[in-house]
Amino acid sequence: MAQPASVGRRSGDWLRDALPKLVLSPSLAIVLIFVYGFIFFTFYLSFTDSRILPSYGLVGFENYDKLFRLRAWGIAVDNLIIFGGLYIVICCALGLALAILLDQKIRSEGFIRTIYLYPMALSFIVTGTAWKWFLDPGIGLEAVVHSWGWESFTFDWIKNRDMAIYTIVIAAVWQTSGFVMAMFLAGLRGIDNEVLKAAQIDGASNWALYRRIVIPQLRPAFMSAFVVLAHMAIKSYDLVIALTNGGPGRATELPATFMYSYTFTRNQMGIGAASAVIMLMTIAAIIVPYLWSELREKK
Amino acid sequence: MAQASSDTAVRTGSATRFIIYTVLIVFCLYYLLPLYVMVVNSLKPLDEIRGGGMLSLPEVWTLAPWGSAWSTAQIGVEATGLKPYFLNSIIMVVPAVAISTLLGALNGYVLTKWRFRGDTIVFGLMLFGCFIPFQMVLIPMARMLGLMGLAGTVPGLIFVHLVYGIGFSTLYFRNYYAQFPTELVRAAMIDGAGFFRIFQRIMLPSSGPIAVVCIIWQFTNIWNDFLFGASFSDFSSQPMTVALNNLVQSSTGVKEYNVHFAGAIMAALPTLLVYVVAGRFFVRGLMAGSVKG
Repeated sequence: MAQPASVGRRSGDWLRDALPKLVLSPSLAIVLIFVYGFIFFTFYLSFTDSRILPSYGLVGFENYDKLFRLRAWGIAVDNLIIFGGLYIVICCALGLALAILLDQKIRSEGFIRTIYLYPMALSFIVTGTAWKWFLDPGIGLEAVVHSWGWESFTFDWIKNRDMAIYTIVIAAVWQTSGFVMAMFLAGLRGIDNEVLKAAQIDGASNWALYRRIVIPQLRPAFMSAFVVLAHMAIKSYDLVIALTNGGPGRATELPATFMYSYTFTRNQMGIGAASAVIMLMTIAAIIVPYLWSELREKK
Repeated sequence: MAQASSDTAVRTGSATRFIIYTVLIVFCLYYLLPLYVMVVNSLKPLDEIRGGGMLSLPEVWTLAPWGSAWSTAQIGVEATGLKPYFLNSIIMVVPAVAISTLLGALNGYVLTKWRFRGDTIVFGLMLFGCFIPFQMVLIPMARMLGLMGLAGTVPGLIFVHLVYGIGFSTLYFRNYYAQFPTELVRAAMIDGAGFFRIFQRIMLPSSGPIAVVCIIWQFTNIWNDFLFGASFSDFSSQPMTVALNNLVQSSTGVKEYNVHFAGAIMAALPTLLVYVVAGRFFVRGLMAGSVKG
């Protein structure tokens, strides 16, 4: 950052010097207004008595106080912890396992990769629809198994208050684990084979090779996967809407669906804004250190 | 296939290889299952689904669910099918993708070849904007669109997607142009070429791959968006994802699962086609959005 433009600016022409910044300025203005200005606005609203419409009477921390007393918010946060935790762990485990298997000189590897990754191209509303009916006990898996003759088989998680959140995990893992696999595969391809060969000459087993040498070197890939998955988990909205619409009852409410319903259907805009602020702060706590280190390394 | 190849350190015997292939194929089936369910059930009459035949091939093949989903199914209050909403999505996606990609290219060019004091901070600000939970901007954006007279319209949605698409486009082009030899730009300057001339003659002709990556990424993201569509559109301007959700969630009448599946495939088809044709670029875009390096 210290060195000036990498291209010389010998000419004293004012326009010529200012032109690049002029070209950049609309985008910068858009970002400053529509990202940072709006963040500030919502932040401000979270301290006001806004209900159906924004209102500017300050009420201090009242909205936050109410928010944390609300049972619905408590459920949403608990659900996010269950969902996010399982989602991240299962995606990483499955992604790593598939990446290691695919890294064994597999015939038609490209084709298999294409199949593993296509869910990422689909909308969560599409996948939500498919999983919603597939998991529905009336017509989906349960009905299919019944028609095969196993009458006592039950799989009604999507209708079951205690289990419904796990159906969100199932669908979300299905959608993103292929992507995590691709991230780990890229990491695996970056590992120096000579080190592995040397270790093997020393008599290390395949298992030991992976556990001692390969997996520790995948730290950056784990970091990226964690950041991407954590931020996707916190933002999860579409999938829940399509799959369960937050139900049954409030069993699959997440902060993102909570924010939307409190702001736009329950007319509690102040509380909705406060919940959005909490979401932003959680994501920022994960993303900012990551972006910071990425931008630093570039220098 | 059992021979250990020369350039890999990990050797596997033929029994192990058999297990590996089996596992990989089982997971292929797992990933393909929902797609199979959607396709098969969109081609069979409703009573075959209700009878517990979701995983079977149709006994009677029919295209009727597709026709219904496209042009007669009840979406909200109107029985228009998904067709008008499909068109809404196309009208929304094309300009939003084109403009955000062009702005991203210009920004990336400035941020790498015309660097100035504080450019990394500017880039960092733009980048962070990609990751914020959009719940944080819903309320002010609803107000802003109202003030601009764009509330509930397709141009309003174009504007929103454009605004929040700039960050990723800039990220792609900046990282790509950073690899581009600055000497070439400097030489062109000495020859008297100006800012736009260098962009047009030197940068753009070599930007093909990253432009494809960026366009595919933006197209997929904007087409698949649900949150902005649900928040800022009304009945006439809904994008495809919102209309599909209305179709599936509607509580009136018989649940026509086969029509829902046909609709879901229609909503998936554009991005799926892009993925099949240019998957390589899609994956590059995904990776650049996460493991930037």
